[in-house]
Amino acid sequence: MPKTLAEMLGSPVLAVATGLGGVMGLLSFNALFCIYLERKISAWIQRRMGPMEVGFHGMLQTVADMIKLLGKQLITPKGIDKPLYHLAPLVVFAPVVAGTSLMAFSGSIALHHIDLGLVLVFMFGGFAVLGIFMAGWGSNNKYALLGAMRSVAQNISYEIPLLLSALSVVLVTTSLGRTVTVGDETVAVQGLNLFHITMVQMDRNVWFLVLQPVAAILFFISVLAETNRAPFDIPEAESELVAGFHTEYSGMRFALFFFGEYSNMLIGCMVATTLFLGGWSGPLLPGPVWFFLKSYALMALMMWIRWTYPRLRFDQLMRFCWMVMIPLSIVNLLVTAFFLKVF
Amino acid sequence: MKPSSPNPIDLAPASPNEDEMYYLNMGPQHPSMHGVLRLLLKLQGEEIVTAEPIIGYAHRAHEKMAENRSYIMFLPNTSRVDYLSGMIYNLAYCEAMEKILDIEVPERAQYIRTIANELNRISSHLLWFGTFLLDLGGVTPFLYCFDDREEILETLDRVTGSRLTYSYGRFGGVTMDVDDEFLAAVRAVVKRIRERIPMYLSLVYDNVIFRERCEGVGVMKGDVLRKYGITGPPLRAAGIAYDVRRAEPYGIYDRFDFEIPTRTVGDCMARFEVRVDEMEQSCRIIDQAIEGLPEGPIMPGRMKKRFKPPKGEFYFAVESARGHFGMYIVSDGTDNPSRIKLRTPSFSNLSSMPEVLRGTFVADTIAIVGSIDVVMPEIDR
Repeated sequence: MPKTLAEMLGSPVLAVATGLGGVMGLLSFNALFCIYLERKISAWIQRRMGPMEVGFHGMLQTVADMIKLLGKQLITPKGIDKPLYHLAPLVVFAPVVAGTSLMAFSGSIALHHIDLGLVLVFMFGGFAVLGIFMAGWGSNNKYALLGAMRSVAQNISYEIPLLLSALSVVLVTTSLGRTVTVGDETVAVQGLNLFHITMVQMDRNVWFLVLQPVAAILFFISVLAETNRAPFDIPEAESELVAGFHTEYSGMRFALFFFGEYSNMLIGCMVATTLFLGGWSGPLLPGPVWFFLKSYALMALMMWIRWTYPRLRFDQLMRFCWMVMIPLSIVNLLVTAFFLKVF
Repeated sequence: MKPSSPNPIDLAPASPNEDEMYYLNMGPQHPSMHGVLRLLLKLQGEEIVTAEPIIGYAHRAHEKMAENRSYIMFLPNTSRVDYLSGMIYNLAYCEAMEKILDIEVPERAQYIRTIANELNRISSHLLWFGTFLLDLGGVTPFLYCFDDREEILETLDRVTGSRLTYSYGRFGGVTMDVDDEFLAAVRAVVKRIRERIPMYLSLVYDNVIFRERCEGVGVMKGDVLRKYGITGPPLRAAGIAYDVRRAEPYGIYDRFDFEIPTRTVGDCMARFEVRVDEMEQSCRIIDQAIEGLPEGPIMPGRMKKRFKPPKGEFYFAVESARGHFGMYIVSDGTDNPSRIKLRTPSFSNLSSMPEVLRGTFVADTIAIVGSIDVVMPEIDR
């Protein structure tokens, strides 16, 4: 069993401070790194150089951009719904921190060790849509409102295949490994515990990507839609809605949305890694290295998709969800349940 | 009026409830309004109830300018009407004036003009290709297209001295002769475009998202075409093989062997296919023009400084990258035109928007306006 930070440090207060600092540091680094990575990947796909000027191969470009954003004026439009408008960036950003702290980065140490970890992660993930809707509704801008409306419909719809495909993995974990042996310790598996999900995969020497390929694909597509990434980026479709729900946000308020988006992507990829790619398991390198390698490989895949495909239309997106994704995920769940019962 | 898009979502038709409708001003400052087009949309949810294009944000009074300057002084204005295919507009004016003044254009100049025209047409279509995909949310093709377009602009720059607003034509010929270096560059460009078109297609054409966004969207057929005088690729995409280069050949277009690509469906996809095919046909024309390029002068001897056409009214039309471009020149016998009216294709094509956009979605609006390839300065003049 992984030790929690509080057990390691002996003081809950110290653990909270360390954990919060660590998560914030991770997310800040993630946002800076991902923006750089996104720009570089898009540049390579488009036969450009990307940022090259600030630092070695433009590595400090995003730092410079952050400083610029910090110095920018916060423009508050007229006629806004003040509480909603001001709270929205925080509502997008705060749950992300909570969600990240639940991740199973490695087998030896954990921030929390919660048996309902997966449920909590999805719960915190569900907050993003609330923030987006608050932003769109409070901005007093029709483009923002349209973006918010699209976002709500999209996120709520895609949460169904997301949860159903995760559920088929949970079914397998609870059935395959009622107990797992890691080292000299035998643990009773809780299906919704992120650590246990990884441990089952290590115990059996198989990734759930192999056992549940359909669920893996459905999950990844749903993550794309949940994080508003292309080709499902219709809530902020710049060619249609200018900037969608964050049209009226500037400076650091906008940066918080950006921050939230990249953090949500990271959480999505980390959960996908835990569920389907064996979490921190891997030869030679230490656990966290494997964990982040796998997560960022998925991130790179998301970026690759973004710079390759055009955008879906809204009704096509919804139809795809309700006519393809949800039936498929239900069938997958039933087939999984059937096989687990029979064999 | 029936919705023009055959595939709106399979929901009950929106009830015409005035309370639930709202207006959305799309543009003039909007990332995909191709400059400064403003669409006043009346929406119910995301469905368009009425759409009204509002133009005039790039009005520079070119037609008025024509009235207070001489014929030759109006020449630079013509390539600024449509900055994406300036060459075609510029040479159209020259050819119109040559008809009126009865000037014989040397063979070599005719061939050079054809090469320049078709190169410019390809560059315009390339830009359209990129921006259309950009409108649909695919950013990458845009940069690929600009890469190729850059080659064309550089090639034209070599002989005309400018990249967009060429003013390459003169009454009677062209300003500068082409050399072997230019011809080699043109050959290289044509070769490159031919290699790249299949790549563009493999990048987007079979993509299921792209097809979903284009097929059956924004159908322009039959009555709509006739009522609004739609020309160019939107017309040919609806199955009517009308191309001024073939219908009323001007210059030396009757000497070349080329096809007029047509489709029958008349949707965004058909317009896309027609334009891609046109690039290939332009390449064919350029090949033949380079082959047949004769030696000789590029101007018919020493030209006058002042031109006084006979009294009367003249109309001359060419096929621009966007359709039928006409110049209606009224002369009162002096060296200043009494009136020059420009019939620009985008204007007519855009006029159909209220009818075509009705019943579609906001996202379709972008695709449809992108697919008819409007250039706002050309509409506003």
